Amino acid sequence: MIPQLVVDGLLTGAVIALGAIGITLTLAILRFANFGYAEFLTVGGYAALSAVLAYGGTGAPLGPFSFGGFIAVALAVGLLATAVVALVSDTVVFRPLRRRGAGPLVLIFASFGLALVLRHIVLLVYGTQPEYYSREIQIAVLLPGGVRVMPDQILVLGVTVVALMMLWWLLRRTRVGLAMRAVAENTALAQACAIDPEAAIRWTWIVSGALGALAGTLFGLTVQLRPEMGANLLLPLFTAAVLGGVGSIPGAVIGGLLVGVAENLSVLVLPTSYKATVPFLIMLACFLLRPKGLFGK
Amino acid sequence: MIGTISYLVFFATVASIFAIATLGLNLQWGFSGQFNAGVVGFMAIGAYAYAALTAPAQHEHVGGFHWPMVAAMAAAMAATILVALAIGVITVRLRTDYLALATFGIAAAIGHLALNLEGITGGGRGVAGIAKPFADLPPFWFGLAFLALAACVLLAVYLLLERLVRSPWGRALRAVREDEIAAAALGKDVDRMRLTAFVIGAAPMGLAGALYAAFIGYVSPYDFLAIMTFQIWAMLIVGGSGNNAGAVLGAFVVWALWSMSGILVVLVVPSKLQVQGGAIQAILIGVLLVAMLIFRPRGLMGERLHSSPLLRDDASTGRR
Repeated sequence: MIPQLVVDGLLTGAVIALGAIGITLTLAILRFANFGYAEFLTVGGYAALSAVLAYGGTGAPLGPFSFGGFIAVALAVGLLATAVVALVSDTVVFRPLRRRGAGPLVLIFASFGLALVLRHIVLLVYGTQPEYYSREIQIAVLLPGGVRVMPDQILVLGVTVVALMMLWWLLRRTRVGLAMRAVAENTALAQACAIDPEAAIRWTWIVSGALGALAGTLFGLTVQLRPEMGANLLLPLFTAAVLGGVGSIPGAVIGGLLVGVAENLSVLVLPTSYKATVPFLIMLACFLLRPKGLFGK
Repeated sequence: MIGTISYLVFFATVASIFAIATLGLNLQWGFSGQFNAGVVGFMAIGAYAYAALTAPAQHEHVGGFHWPMVAAMAAAMAATILVALAIGVITVRLRTDYLALATFGIAAAIGHLALNLEGITGGGRGVAGIAKPFADLPPFWFGLAFLALAACVLLAVYLLLERLVRSPWGRALRAVREDEIAAAALGKDVDRMRLTAFVIGAAPMGLAGALYAAFIGYVSPYDFLAIMTFQIWAMLIVGGSGNNAGAVLGAFVVWALWSMSGILVVLVVPSKLQVQGGAIQAILIGVLLVAMLIFRPRGLMGERLHSSPLLRDDASTGRR
């Protein structure tokens, strides 16, 4: 029972971790809590769904998985569409506010408004029914210890690891990543070194939007797509980012995994219907005991 | 004719209840710059506290205390204050955006509790038979009498808050909002002032929730959806944060826009697409909020500046 809950938690946690990285990047570089961020998961998941619907499915299932090779194309469409939506949001909503010198709380206000608009546009277009990329049946794999895992879930874990390695490469080995880290550290100093903060901000939107879209697609693959899925994940994502420590990417990953595992283990002591309250309790505990998070500066 | 009057009375009553909550938010956001992302949660606490204390006993959930309505309203406010105090104490020393996270979380948690804590909230079925004032009047006169009550409460809350923000304490609160470090350097206890403003601001929200429960006579988790927080924000931002008269005006204007867009959706959108109709209204509120923040952050009637007549013009306009 417990090993199964832990493994399920790690799989949920992997998706939360990807989104939490996007949030922690936004908190560190854009310096405000973007409550609209979770909608990028919804937008990305549904953009990929549009590609799947246009193609008429994902193609013949690959090996043990429930989907065919077209899912890779759909994922690319989702990443691209969400990066565009993120950039447009910045240009239309946040850049005018930044220019006016609006404080971070005004930006939070605007991000809630943006979230409301994005979520309901998805609802308007796709309706309230849950959607799936594929309805093929897959056979669970039995791991040692009596733990059952779906092949799709193993793939989710693999994709998450690959995405993390690519992100590490981007931030540590490219000029764009260097600029993003410099702006996170000290905007004025970065500017003095001929780094354009606006460019770093645009890249932050693109990278965090793409991470959100990836998380949303993986969530749709293993759970289901619903217009309110992003809104429901908002609290777990922020809890993971705060728990890990703002600006720390390893922190966001560990925070995400911890939140996922804690959520799943909570059914041992709490009724299942309170599972969704667990991230909030973790957040409060974190505020009380260690507000800077596990790996915060 | 009587139908139109009844509708207008209903409209004005609901708008007045919203205005009370908006006034509370104005103290938190407008006068002390604290972000409350869970207004609806505080209203729900007030509504459920009032419901639990006045509704008759039912075997599904507790009840049968039959408190007098005024005492139940006071208790509803007290319950809201307690929750606000707990959230405020935890977050007052942290980054300002952590209060936004904590209030957002508490509203979500209260939503879960309302749905699942069946012994108190009746779960999804809600609580019925809540005490209504003037319940023995015929419907039309009940509406008028309740509007008078709501308007009186609104006036009382307005006068109290106006008195508060014009007091030396209110002046110091605005100083904290404008420049925390300068206010601290002048000996103001910044944390304490913020916490006080947050807690006092939460009380009208609880009162508004209790009034809503008393008006409808029934509460369920579906009466307090997250969209309500957005509506109340829109009321404050449209009316003009930092101005209590603006907050009241905004509540009436935004509620009128919301109601009219609702009527329009019912007329235009086919009945099987009504869920999507709600989505259109939500998009309108979101666009209104963002557009006001970008194009007219002062709202319809923004904050009046109180500066010394001894200051020269160039100095007094130097705000933000």
